[in-house]
Amino acid sequence: MDFDTPLAEAWIRAIAAAVEKEQSRLTELDSAIGDGDHGSNLQRGFAATLTALDGLQPTGPGAVLTKAGTTLISKVGGASGPLYGKAFRAIGAALPEPAGPAALAEALAAGLDAVRALGKAEPGDKTIVDAWTPAVAAFRTAAADGAGLPEAAAAAAEAAEQGALDTVPLQARKGRASYLGERSIGHQDPGATSTALVFRTLAEVTAA
Amino acid sequence: MKKLINTPESVLEDALAGVAAAHPELAVDIPNRVITRADRPAGPKVALISGGGSGHEPLHGGFVGPGMLDAACPGEVFTSPVPDQMLAAAKAVESGAGVVFIVKNYTGDVMNFELAAELAAEEGLEVRTVLVNDDVAVEDSTWTAGRRGTGATVLVEKTAGALAERGAPLDEVAALGERVNAASRSFAIALTAATVPAAGKPGFDLPEDEIEVGVGIHGEPGRRREKLRPARDLAAEVVDTILTDHHLTPGDEVIALLNGLGATPLLELYVVYGEVAARLAERGITVARSLVGNYVTSLDMAGFSLTLTKADTQLLELWDAPVDTPALKRA
Repeated sequence: MDFDTPLAEAWIRAIAAAVEKEQSRLTELDSAIGDGDHGSNLQRGFAATLTALDGLQPTGPGAVLTKAGTTLISKVGGASGPLYGKAFRAIGAALPEPAGPAALAEALAAGLDAVRALGKAEPGDKTIVDAWTPAVAAFRTAAADGAGLPEAAAAAAEAAEQGALDTVPLQARKGRASYLGERSIGHQDPGATSTALVFRTLAEVTAA
Repeated sequence: MKKLINTPESVLEDALAGVAAAHPELAVDIPNRVITRADRPAGPKVALISGGGSGHEPLHGGFVGPGMLDAACPGEVFTSPVPDQMLAAAKAVESGAGVVFIVKNYTGDVMNFELAAELAAEEGLEVRTVLVNDDVAVEDSTWTAGRRGTGATVLVEKTAGALAERGAPLDEVAALGERVNAASRSFAIALTAATVPAAGKPGFDLPEDEIEVGVGIHGEPGRRREKLRPARDLAAEVVDTILTDHHLTPGDEVIALLNGLGATPLLELYVVYGEVAARLAERGITVARSLVGNYVTSLDMAGFSLTLTKADTQLLELWDAPVDTPALKRA
């Protein structure tokens, strides 16, 4: 099984649905240590990607993800728009067609690189990097061990979810939450949580 | 929540329509969310563009006009604008001498302006970015997103705007902006929290008799909470906090901006300014120029911020230069 154009479209649509469903939870997490708009910002952004995809004649899976990324940058604002937008644009640019598990692993790694280049966050800063980093590592390891797309994506989803949970005891060092200092400890990072959704939906659409 | 709005969703567009109706000297592109000067400079002039979340009015749209900004890009309330807005603004006002982005140091603003600068560069525009980070309430800049941009933004926009109006080249205008930011420090105290229309309730809970010392303009937490004290004590504390960080020495001159956060009566602002001036005099600091009023607000937050900018001949002269904007006028 390869990561092709229908799968790429299904992934973006699944993220939009997941963000819609989890909007209030993301907002709740963001209200605790941020300004409470993570859920609504992502909902607005991914809803716009659906409209953008409806009018697109994609030339491959990369074009789908690039378009989604560009739309997020244009519609979201805040920090999450540029970060997720850059990530999807980088994944799209790095994605060959057709892409097997190893190629998708490298494209996802390019997405992580883009997030880190723009946000300047290190692992442990309590950001989306803390979910994205273990997810890419797990995807890579699984692909190197000969796993297919569904298995590699499932491993990545699990790692991302664990990474999000692991942000709870961390003190935020980036973004608005960093102004709370020690008071940011004990809360799960909303960005890492939405990244876990991104990888969980990838597992779901590749398993379907 | 009691607010003079139609719907929470339409606040920004409705307000931009009002700006357009009230200020024919501005061109307001409501769909693209860009406010520009309606007139055009005669020859090539460095274009100054700023932007940020809405809710801080008159920042930035109220500072668009001759002698200050060429364009402003308002985002949703307390949410940074998107790169498309800054790109549209840059294309609209660029006149062959390059563009300066004036960016307050918040994670979202920094990222969106960075992407906008990349897009503008791809279109062949020369862009410099001046980052404003004057809020001394943030004590730990290494392990946080760094000091926030607040009141100094007004001084950067005014002085850099004056320099650009005289035809100074791009690098000189950007360097002046950086110099003014480096010479400025701010500190704020909130009496109440702001209510974002879409949220419908105050951004943080503050008991009736308590204040947030070191608050940010989006309600970011400050250094501590304490009981309300007389204005004299608060003014002295704010002056002393800034001077501890600023290393001004007796005999130095400053430009002082005493800024209301949105719901503070001018009567109270002048009470505070009187005490600020007295404390500065005690500390041997001379106020060369002062500005008292609502310039960098936080919706309906009650409270004030003080910005002190170390002055010199050039800065005072640029500060005094003519300006004609909705919120700041000087012949």
